[in-house]
Amino acid sequence: MNANYLELTGVGIEFDTGGKTPFRALQNVNLKIAEGEFVSLIGHSGCGKSTVLNIIAGLHQATEGGVILEGREVVRPGPDRAVVFQNHSLMPWLTVYDNVALAVDQVFRKSKTRAERREWIEHNLELVNMSHALHKLPAEISGGMKQRVGIARCLAMQPKVVLMDEPFGALDALTRAQLQDSLMQIQADLGNTVVMITHDVDEAVLLSDRIVMMSNGPAATIGEILTIDLPRPRDRLGLAEDPHFVHLRHQVLEFLYARHGTPTAQESAAPVGGPTPVTDVSPVAAPARQESTGSAEGGSEAA
Amino acid sequence: MAESVVAEAQPVMDQRFEQIMERINPQRLLKVVLPPLLGIIVFLGVWQAAAERIDTSLGQFPGPVQVWEQVENLAGEHVRAREKEAAFYERQEARNAKKLAANPDAEVKWRDYTGKPVFLDQIWTSLVTVAAGFVLANLVAIPLGIVCGLSSGIYKAVNPIIQVFKPVSPLAWLPLVTMVVSATYTSEDPMFDKSFLNSAITVALCCLWPTLINTTVGVAGIDRDLVNASRVMSLSPTLHVRKIVLPASMPMIFTGLRLSLATGWMVLIAAEMLAQNPGLGKFVWDEFQNGSSDSLGRIMVAVLAIGFIGFALDRTMLALQGRFNWDKQAVLR
Repeated sequence: MNANYLELTGVGIEFDTGGKTPFRALQNVNLKIAEGEFVSLIGHSGCGKSTVLNIIAGLHQATEGGVILEGREVVRPGPDRAVVFQNHSLMPWLTVYDNVALAVDQVFRKSKTRAERREWIEHNLELVNMSHALHKLPAEISGGMKQRVGIARCLAMQPKVVLMDEPFGALDALTRAQLQDSLMQIQADLGNTVVMITHDVDEAVLLSDRIVMMSNGPAATIGEILTIDLPRPRDRLGLAEDPHFVHLRHQVLEFLYARHGTPTAQESAAPVGGPTPVTDVSPVAAPARQESTGSAEGGSEAA
Repeated sequence: MAESVVAEAQPVMDQRFEQIMERINPQRLLKVVLPPLLGIIVFLGVWQAAAERIDTSLGQFPGPVQVWEQVENLAGEHVRAREKEAAFYERQEARNAKKLAANPDAEVKWRDYTGKPVFLDQIWTSLVTVAAGFVLANLVAIPLGIVCGLSSGIYKAVNPIIQVFKPVSPLAWLPLVTMVVSATYTSEDPMFDKSFLNSAITVALCCLWPTLINTTVGVAGIDRDLVNASRVMSLSPTLHVRKIVLPASMPMIFTGLRLSLATGWMVLIAAEMLAQNPGLGKFVWDEFQNGSSDSLGRIMVAVLAIGFIGFALDRTMLALQGRFNWDKQAVLR
């Protein structure tokens, strides 16, 4: 196991906002992630979590510092750092199968035959339990299913690192819990290295090996890293009353609210999934329902 | 055997009939048909009343009745011209056959009929001309629009040129186009008439802009997440355009195409008048120059024809848009 599989060194980024001085979003972010590790980034809205993820993905270029993955510097986006986007980002004009096929045909066009690719696409959709809807359009399936397809598309690229940008933020609590369980299972089976952004403290504690807590922006950086030494496989029901789980959860909450309280009124309006325990499924949120793309859904869950 | 088929089909037919009757129930019919019908009747009345009060040097302004007479006249002319044409070819056939019978080696001449074009021929010429200009324009506008939408650098370079040429009237382009075409298109056996080329190119120059601008805006406005997904997959530029850019910007491209075709059709009439392309524009111009007492009525027929064809062209584009749009639920109007 390579302990320095993914390495962020002195990463900082400035955005040109048109003003006199550019906006500094990140400053001196240092992080080492081991192969097969599951790391969550947590912090208040606007603290630059997504920016960190985008820099790892290569969608943003760091102003200073850099990212090294398996000894190679990251300079552009690529399928070895596949992203699961919050709003699934499936092409609405392609069927579930074709969405995954678009990625698979691109990544494996030389290394796999047509039949092998088809098998691989179907295999990955089966992994996320979507075999029943291969030929449906994204608009015809629920929000949770869309995110499953998004995960399948990501896994099908066989990335070195799976990057997840609030993957379950727009889902209702029940669907979210189901997907978290699926993700845990898949990660246990495949041993993927995962970097996930989340607003949800329970999600972070349940899934992660380490939680990276970020200080508030501008010029955000890593505030504290918490190691989650809960044994795997983890069971959400058992953990809900486990004193160590509760203690870890409390530590994250304390970092977020006691030491890095919500910076501005404007940002306090943004959805923070923290206070709602994942296991506490309110009846309102229970049925998995058809959603368009609304990122606003996440907000209503947290309320 | 046949009877049993009929017997089985009978309930289905009854059901279909009921459905149709339900759709055309009197109340619904009244709501759907009555307002436009009333509008048309009022319009015709006002037109008739106003026409009676306008006297021109070519006689009274034509009301709906006179215009209808001209429609019948033009239809009659059409039938007579077709008869004449048929007769011409019959005579030619007979003459040549006789010649060949007398001497199999004789050199026979086959000539095309060169009668005056009738109204329907002119409509056809106009449609072909506008189609040529429209296709020509969009072969440039759509690719250029995609490139402008993808690259803000190229957009910034092209934008000032777009903004300056966009408002230019076809009548300003036409003399330039005419001179350039006469200077450069000098084939011995020309495939196209110069007047046709002049009109088509002028139309193209004017209907380039709506598609170009709408395509640019559509491509530039594609959801960032989809673009990022494409970047993560490392799709090649061609695949990116084919799988993501084109489907995503299809609605905007079609909005551009519809505006484009409408502009082209409007511009065409003016272009044909000046370029003397034998289409509807020339028909209007010739009638105006002719100055008979029927002229105004005949021009009015052309005006209505232009209007109806423009409407039909727009509906055609709308139908095509429904066909090409991935989102079949989208409401088109």
